[in-house]
Amino acid sequence: MDLRYSAEYEQFRGELRAFLDKNWTDEDRATLGGEEVLIGSISKPGERVTEFRIAAIEAGYLYRNVPRRWGGGGQPFDPLKSAIIREEFKRVRAPREMVGQGPSMLVFTLLAHGTEEQKERFIRDTLLGRILWCQGYSEPGAGSDLASLRSKAELDGDQWVINGQKTWTSNAAEADWMFALLRSEPDAPKHEGITYMLIDMSTPGIEVRPFRNIVGDSDFSEVFFDNVRVPKDSIVGARGEGWKVSRSTLKYERALIGDTDIARRTFDGMVMMARALERRGKPVIEDPVIRNRLVQLESRLLAAEFHSMRLLTMQARGEEALLAGMVPKLNSTQLSYDLGKAAMDVMGGGGSLAPGEPEAPAMGMFVTAYLWSLGVLIAGGTANIQRNIIAERGLGMPRDPVQKR
Amino acid sequence: MRPRGRDTGWGIMDFGLSQEQVLLVDTVRRYLADNCPTSRVRSVMESETGHDGGLWAGLMELGVGALVVPESYGGLGAEFLDLALISEQLGSAAVPGPFLGHAMATLALVYAEDSELKKECLSALAGGEALATCAVAEPGDVWDHAAVASTVKDGKLSGRKTLVPYASAADWLLVVARDGDGPGLWLVDAGAAGMELRTLRGNDMTRRVESAEFSAVVCRRVGGVESLAKMRDAGLVLLAADSFGGAQRCLDMARDYALQRQQFGQVIGMFQAVKHQLANLAAELEPSMSLYWYAAHAYDRIPEDGPRHAALAKAYLSDLYDRAARDSTELHGGIGFTWEFDLHLWFRRSIFNRSYLGDSDYLRGRAADLAGW
Repeated sequence: MDLRYSAEYEQFRGELRAFLDKNWTDEDRATLGGEEVLIGSISKPGERVTEFRIAAIEAGYLYRNVPRRWGGGGQPFDPLKSAIIREEFKRVRAPREMVGQGPSMLVFTLLAHGTEEQKERFIRDTLLGRILWCQGYSEPGAGSDLASLRSKAELDGDQWVINGQKTWTSNAAEADWMFALLRSEPDAPKHEGITYMLIDMSTPGIEVRPFRNIVGDSDFSEVFFDNVRVPKDSIVGARGEGWKVSRSTLKYERALIGDTDIARRTFDGMVMMARALERRGKPVIEDPVIRNRLVQLESRLLAAEFHSMRLLTMQARGEEALLAGMVPKLNSTQLSYDLGKAAMDVMGGGGSLAPGEPEAPAMGMFVTAYLWSLGVLIAGGTANIQRNIIAERGLGMPRDPVQKR
Repeated sequence: MRPRGRDTGWGIMDFGLSQEQVLLVDTVRRYLADNCPTSRVRSVMESETGHDGGLWAGLMELGVGALVVPESYGGLGAEFLDLALISEQLGSAAVPGPFLGHAMATLALVYAEDSELKKECLSALAGGEALATCAVAEPGDVWDHAAVASTVKDGKLSGRKTLVPYASAADWLLVVARDGDGPGLWLVDAGAAGMELRTLRGNDMTRRVESAEFSAVVCRRVGGVESLAKMRDAGLVLLAADSFGGAQRCLDMARDYALQRQQFGQVIGMFQAVKHQLANLAAELEPSMSLYWYAAHAYDRIPEDGPRHAALAKAYLSDLYDRAARDSTELHGGIGFTWEFDLHLWFRRSIFNRSYLGDSDYLRGRAADLAGW
């Protein structure tokens, strides 16, 4: 165990710093830099940000695992360099890779299964945020059991005709395109009747209806399809292979392992708040019960942070993570859930005030975190689904026969 | 207090074990698999002394005693993490015997002021010729050296100690006490006049404890607060590692049982209630190993983080051990509640691990103080 980078990596860091000094000025930082929006809506970046991203891709610092030919940085896999890039970009608040399901999912699906024409048309512009995407997966009747989806696509001459409904669609209102799973072979077994399709959101017959979540925001929409006609070549991979196409991107998933940054920010902010707030004439942080709870939460946070360092080391050594790689998602969602609750308790009566209320402690930002922590628990597979995965794939328990139906 | 490696110029170069460490772990694991099955654990724990000289000598031959002793004192000069890795293996196999007290005493001496005594003791400990232990606790659940009541006056020790591991088996006892200059650590020879030992019946029969009463017993000074703090922190990290090893063993046993036991015509591992209980435990246990790794690494490489992470890791991992042992027992159903089934060996070790060197709430209080909260 050695927690310092070797000379080779320090040299890489030096070159990266020089690049950032030259290409991302103090003025850029002041006017454009900021915390990345991790949950919530995405938007098209301005020209200056895109100009910077192009330079950073050219230098091999962004989209390292996307080939140069398709607009990526085209660098060999090196999780330590990726970690240094994250650290340094964060330090000067320079724009990192675009967030959202286009760059994180669709691009890798196209790399694996797209035609040359699809790659040419979509990848570069998606990486730069010129095309924004939404994901058409969940339906009112298809949540954890996604493969039971019913929205259908029927071939009519040289067009697909799409009818049905998607829901929980993030950024549907902003998106230019949707990648969707649709039932194209109604008579096939459920996993084999699905096709992966790209849909221009401006096509007639698509209706987007935003709805409010429990936080009070309208980040999600329902999307209705009423005889929506798209060209025959809108599919990625073969007919009926959409399930496999959508799963295959897992192996392209980036070196992002259970990011603990948000939990760390919440925890540090909560400690600051506990120092600043008073209860019955004393700082909240002096309450022994609160102190105890903070250390318990911090222990879990530290375990997660050290664990991600361990996973990074395993990646760098080419070792398989197995069970170790399956637990961060469940843990990070449980931790944010418990951090949110603890923050509410630190606030005491002030916790009943809404986000944005000037009299609320820390302007109520922890209330937002508390409410969002429930969404995080559900998004991308509920906690109970994660437990099944850990038990079955990590611990070797037999698969639930129900899942095969 | 965030780990070094983020935003500080430090980095994540290598959060893993070296090849030598992997080899060491394998060697110890194999030795224990061959020489310390639970049948032997049981026969040792049912013996009068709870100490098996043959088993101990085997561990000494593997270098367990010499590992953290500097080369200049006849040892191997390894990292403290190496010793913690061994502690995990001992916890996994529920090895009975005086390892903990012996290791703590050894590290107290490693960090003691230079003296003839240090030289004499360390070379004997490294060679496995002598056995040492430490006397920390005093009646009233006093673990903190600032509150210690035993006193040394004119080279004579007086006071009462409790929960002393393997006092009767030891050649030397390292006793936390105070003199005119404050708290410190003194060495008492086995059989010294004025020392009275009494065996206590413990819940964990693989780690024997005794009480010790000292009435003007001749003693020699080992070191001051630094040395006894190092002794304490070593104990905390070793218990954290032992807890991880034991908890992992409890989980492994539950997993194996869930794949084998049939009810309602199928293995019980098919039921989601069982799956989820196992998954929750695995999800918390898997990353917690890194807590003891870091605490052990900080112990000799990042001293400003050492005491806090030692306290935090022991509190967290011993609590998790308790949960793993009890969840595993529950998952085993009736068989888990029998004396004949081995699971309670680990359950009982978790009781010792949780209480020795202070309960978890007390240690979290120390961690909060050390954070400056």
